Formats: sequence, structure tokens, C-alpha cells
Amino acid sequence: MTIKKAKSKRKNLVALKNEKTPSGRPMKGRDIIVKALENEGVRVIFGYPGGTSMEIHQGLTLSKQIRMVLPRHEQGGAFAAGGYARSTGEVGVCMATSGPGATNLLTGIMDAKMDSIPLVAITGQVPSTMLGSDAFQETDIIGATFPMVKHSYLVQNIADIPQIIHEAFEIAKSGRPGPVIVDIPKNIQQQEAVPDFKVKFDCPGYKPNLQPSMMQIKKAVHAIKEAKNPVIYAGGGVVAAHASAELRTFVKKTGIPITTTVTGLGTYPSDDKLSLRMLGMHGAIYANIAMNHADLIIALGVRFDDRVTGKLSEFCKEAKFIQVDIDASEINKNIAIDIPIQGDVKQALKMMNDRVEPKKDTGPWIKKVNKWKKDFPLRYDLHKNDIVPQHLISEMRKLADKDAIVSVGVGQHQMWTAQFWDFNEPLRWLCSSGLGAMGFGLPAAMGAQVAHPKKQVINIEGDGSFLMNIQELQTLNIEKIPVKNVVLNNAHLGMVAQWEDRFYKSLRGHTYLGDANFAEIAHAFGVKSECIRKPGEIMPALKRMLKHKGPYVLDVKYPYNDKSHGHVMPMIPSNHTYLDTFIDEEHTLREYWKKKGIIKE
Amino acid sequence: MQHTISILVVNQFGVLSRISGLFSGRGFNIESLNVAETSEPGISRMTIVTRGDDKKVEQITKQLNKLVDIIKVTDLTEEHFVDRELILVKMNAEPRVREEILRIVDIFRAKVVDVSSDNYTVEITGDEGKIKGFLELLKPLGIKEVVRSGRIAISRGIKSIS
Repeated sequence: MTIKKAKSKRKNLVALKNEKTPSGRPMKGRDIIVKALENEGVRVIFGYPGGTSMEIHQGLTLSKQIRMVLPRHEQGGAFAAGGYARSTGEVGVCMATSGPGATNLLTGIMDAKMDSIPLVAITGQVPSTMLGSDAFQETDIIGATFPMVKHSYLVQNIADIPQIIHEAFEIAKSGRPGPVIVDIPKNIQQQEAVPDFKVKFDCPGYKPNLQPSMMQIKKAVHAIKEAKNPVIYAGGGVVAAHASAELRTFVKKTGIPITTTVTGLGTYPSDDKLSLRMLGMHGAIYANIAMNHADLIIALGVRFDDRVTGKLSEFCKEAKFIQVDIDASEINKNIAIDIPIQGDVKQALKMMNDRVEPKKDTGPWIKKVNKWKKDFPLRYDLHKNDIVPQHLISEMRKLADKDAIVSVGVGQHQMWTAQFWDFNEPLRWLCSSGLGAMGFGLPAAMGAQVAHPKKQVINIEGDGSFLMNIQELQTLNIEKIPVKNVVLNNAHLGMVAQWEDRFYKSLRGHTYLGDANFAEIAHAFGVKSECIRKPGEIMPALKRMLKHKGPYVLDVKYPYNDKSHGHVMPMIPSNHTYLDTFIDEEHTLREYWKKKGIIKE
Repeated sequence: MQHTISILVVNQFGVLSRISGLFSGRGFNIESLNVAETSEPGISRMTIVTRGDDKKVEQITKQLNKLVDIIKVTDLTEEHFVDRELILVKMNAEPRVREEILRIVDIFRAKVVDVSSDNYTVEITGDEGKIKGFLELLKPLGIKEVVRSGRIAISRGIKSIS
């Protein structure tokens, strides 16, 4: 076929798809899928083709609306869709073929489940006539994902495609967001039918209630009025509800100090004077002290995760709890709640903002909180010869754009970034928080950069985490996605090594990764790169990286050193209380306060 | 404490797996489970008997409510309800025990539904207590096999779950 012919054929197909109501004209299943996705407003899909999904790719390659980004591993695609969703608040879409393609999506799907991220995963499936025959690349992916998804669909009839795609998107983004998987057998992609795109959301079992009860709101307002030592504990639910502005008004109106979870970072400016930054295992000491001295905790879109509460029976023993959550099952799950408010946190905050009065009696409390902030700042020591990662992160925050998006992998570097990066706005922080999936940083940053081509997107990853999806460097180069990668490379699995130092007498149980030259690897992928080792190199290297137009890898080598700056501090050992916080390498808060005469026993 | 939970579900592909998976994944127990269509086509009713303290059962019902295919979850234990179970018992019916079996069947208003030269198959419906008592009396006479339907239940009075 000549090129001219091919082109005209392509034009015809586009014309067919662009018809407003393609009534009467049969379409292939794959084209119905594409059109249904376009109708949902999809602009980007991260998809890796294979035998049972190539048919859909044939349709997608002709779409004018949807950009296909080819990750170099399906897991990268799923994380990229997650990064896209985390940075936009819209549904991220990933796609894979049946069998191994689909199973490679699972970690990304579970990540979206744990952090309530709206995600639609589309998988090809063997022809429905062959289902259950152990066909080549057949996997029961619907069965495999039952515990990982908010909902799932196996398409059994071509006529159902528009309705199912619509429902999948509605369910993924409404209520408490989450992942939805749509599994489509190949023969259905290839069949033809006259589609009906007039879809209406109709799931009798799915009606998330957004409206908080006025009675409960009034109770909450009263409790806030009565409280002497209140603290706001805000999380990812505030991001999902786009309620950051309402939260800021609430803090401003009441003057109550606020701490956030790792997923809540950005909902309130970290450097504000009422901000207690992040709480929990590696959170600010003062945030944990304040929580445990509070008489009222206002929990907004949080789930009392064990990394926040530590030992449940000792957690905030003095406090009454108000909890606002869209998901009723989060209320009373780990902690008995005094004033439960089921509903949309944005609406709840609006209702409270209309009724709360400035608190005039919290002076002594704020004074106490400020004293704790002064006594226990987040800190690190500089080193003459070696780069200190916390320092590099702090310096980079100064150089980076105010609205830069930052992505992380999982481990020490993740916690250091959470501690030392200043967050101003939501949707600028990509962090696999609940699942803690290594390999998340690079592909998530890639997804966010595709959504925000003009913004600075910086991926800060450890060497172990970076290696887990390093193949996406090729995607960055080929697709011209200018993510800036900083690899904090200490040749160790730092977080596990830290636990070994603390709880296993430093016996290394396969936590030494060894050195690798990530700058050379990046070079091989066609990505500009540099390697640094000395503190003096930090600033110029960061400047060169941020100035560069394309993708970049900065390999930062520093020693893992358990005696000086190797550990993430502070740290509350799991299932312990805030008093057990290691405030430095040697001392706990309990010991320190005993010495000072602040506590007795 | 034992709870009887009545669930209305959209009869979709995989709905039973979603529910049983939720129970096993979150460490909840299923003591019995019964499922069949309601009078409305496409809608099924499940009756699940589970055990746990109030906190656990609150989580179970809340988690069930989150499943998209579930229309309604009611913990019947919170109200008055009637519950029944149907069981079939195959008895070793040698001549020396036949009279005794028939006497027990009569007392419990059960029914012999199949007879062969040395077997009786007996059907009985009732609540947990009645069935327990019936089986205890039959046990020394030689039970060969018991098949139970699992509990079904309905609320008392005018209130209905639909």
C-alpha cells in the first residue's frame, strides 16, 4: 500500500470516530473503547501493548485526543498513571495486555488503593471463548485484583462497553477515590456493533453520601469552642476532596495548630507558624508531642494509620476525637471516635467555617506548642567531606520553582524529603505512602510531567528504589519528558539498614546493594547526567540540573554511615509511643524529659 | 457474639468472590452463607452468619456497604427476626432404630423424604436450637450424612428489606 493510500484510509477512520452520534454505523469494539475513553475526557494513557491489547492500541494510535505514552514496563505505566492522578486530581489511566502485562500492573493498582488515588486500569484478556482454558497469557486478573480495587469489570458483551467505561471512571473518582480495573477479551475488541454512547450512571449499590450531618457539625463546633488544647490532624482526604482552601480558612478562623500525614503534605503550608509539619514515626517531634497533649483532635480525611498512631492504646489518651471522612468504615476503625462526621471533608469544613469563632483561649496552648517547636526542630549535622542528603534536599528546595512537583521512591530519602521539603500546595507531592512501593519515584514523576509539561518535576530517589524502574529513563528520553532525577546513592537499602542498626546489632541481612554509576546508565539511555560526591559540588550541580531543558540524572554519592548521619531521625519505633521517640541517635524523649524533670516515672 | 447479616446484592459476575474475599482478607469469619435470587430478577439475597465483637461487626457491615455490587446490608441481630435452616439427614435405618427415628421425626415435625432398605433421609427446618436438638437425638442412632442450607432470616413485623 502506498503512503498516500494509507493516509486517506486513516483520515476516513478518524472521520468515522469524530461523528457526534455514530448511530446506525457499526464500530469495532476497540474503537468503541477509544471513543468511550475520549468521552470521559481522557488525554493520556500509559500503556504497554501485547497480544490481547494491541487491537485497542490500533484504535488509540488514531485518536487525536489521547496521547499514548509507552512506559518500558507495565509497573512503570501503572505508577505513571498514579503520578498523573496525584498531580492533577483527575483519573489516571494505564493499560496492559493479559497475563504478565496485567500482573505487572498490580503493584501500581494496590498503590492507588492504599492512597485512594483515582485510577482506571484497562487490560486485554484472552478471547471470551477461551476463558478458563489456561490459554497463552491467560490470567484471571479480575480474581487476582479483588482485594486491590474499588471495583472491577470483565466486559462480556460489546454493547456494555460505553456503560462500563463510564461507570469505571465515575467509581474511580467519586466518593473515596480508588482504582477500577476493566478487563476486555480480545474477541470483544474485534467484534462490531452499533454503539450507544448515551450512558447514565446507575449503580443501585453505589451512592456515596457527601453531605455531613448538621447535627454532628454543630457538635463538632461546640467541642472546638470548648477545647483548650486542640490540634488539627489532616490527611490525604483533604487532597482528594480539593479542600485545601477550606482547610486554610478553618485554621485561620480558629487559630488551631495543624499537623498533616505524609499524604496530607501540601494541604497547608509547611512553613506557616501554625504548621506542625508531618506527624508520625518520622514526623516532627513537636507534632507528636502536641497530638499527645491535645484535649481535642480534629481528624480530617485521615485513617489513623499505624505509622501515625504507634501503640494504639497509648495514642492521644487525653483527647476527644472529631473525625470527618467520606468513608464510614474509616470511622471507629482503629480509634473510637467521639464525634463522627461521615461526608465530604470540603463540605464539612465549609459548614464548620460558617459557624466557628476565633478561639481566644488557646494562648497558653500555642505558647506550649511553640516551645516544643523551638526545643525539637527537625535538624541534621553537616559533614566536612561527605554530602548530607537532608542538606541537599533543603538546598534544592531553595533553588527549585515554588510550584515544583516533587516525587519520591520509598526509604530514607522519602522521609528526608517529607521532612525537609517545604510544601505549599496540594497535588505537588507524589509519594507511595500507604503501600510504600519502591520504584515509584521515577515513573510517578514521569506521569506528573506528562500532565504538567511546563512545570518543574523533580524525582528524589534512593539508589535501591531508582533501580527498580530505571528502564523508564528511556521513556523520558524518547518521549521528551524532562523529569529531573536526583539519586541519593549510598549503595545501601538505607531504611532497612537503619532498622538493622537499631534492632539487629547492625548485622547486614542483604541490605548492601553495592555501587553503581547511575550517571553512566543515564548516559546510555541518552539522558544527560552528572555524578557528585563533595558538599561543595551540590549547589553548582543542582543549578546545572535545573537549568537543563531535558531529562536529567544527578547521581549523588554519599556513604551510608550509621554513626553520624545515616539514620532518619527522629524515629518512633513501631508500636511505641511518642515518649519513645529517638530524638537523636542515643536518647529518647522519655529519657530527655526525665533528666529535665518534665516527667517522673 | 453471633450476628446474622442480610445482604441484597446485584447478581453480577464475581459478587460472591468479592464478599467472601472481603471476609477472608480482613480476618472475618463466615459461619454460614446462603445465597439465592429474590423476587426481583437480577437481585440476590445473601444471609451471612458471622461472629465478632461490636467493633468487628461494625467494620464488617461498613466494609460490605462499600462494595459496589451490594445494595443493602442489614445486621438483623440488632432487631427481632425469624431465622430458619433446612437440613437433610441421611440415617442408618436398621430395623432396630427405625421406630425410634420415626418417633423423633414426628416429635420435631420433620419429614422422611427418601426411604431405602437401610436408609432414611429426613428433612427438617427450624432455628438453630431446634436443629441442634434434633441432631443430638439422632446422633446415637447412626447419622451417615448431614447437608445444611445455612441460615436464612427475615425481620419480624411489617418492616422489609428491599
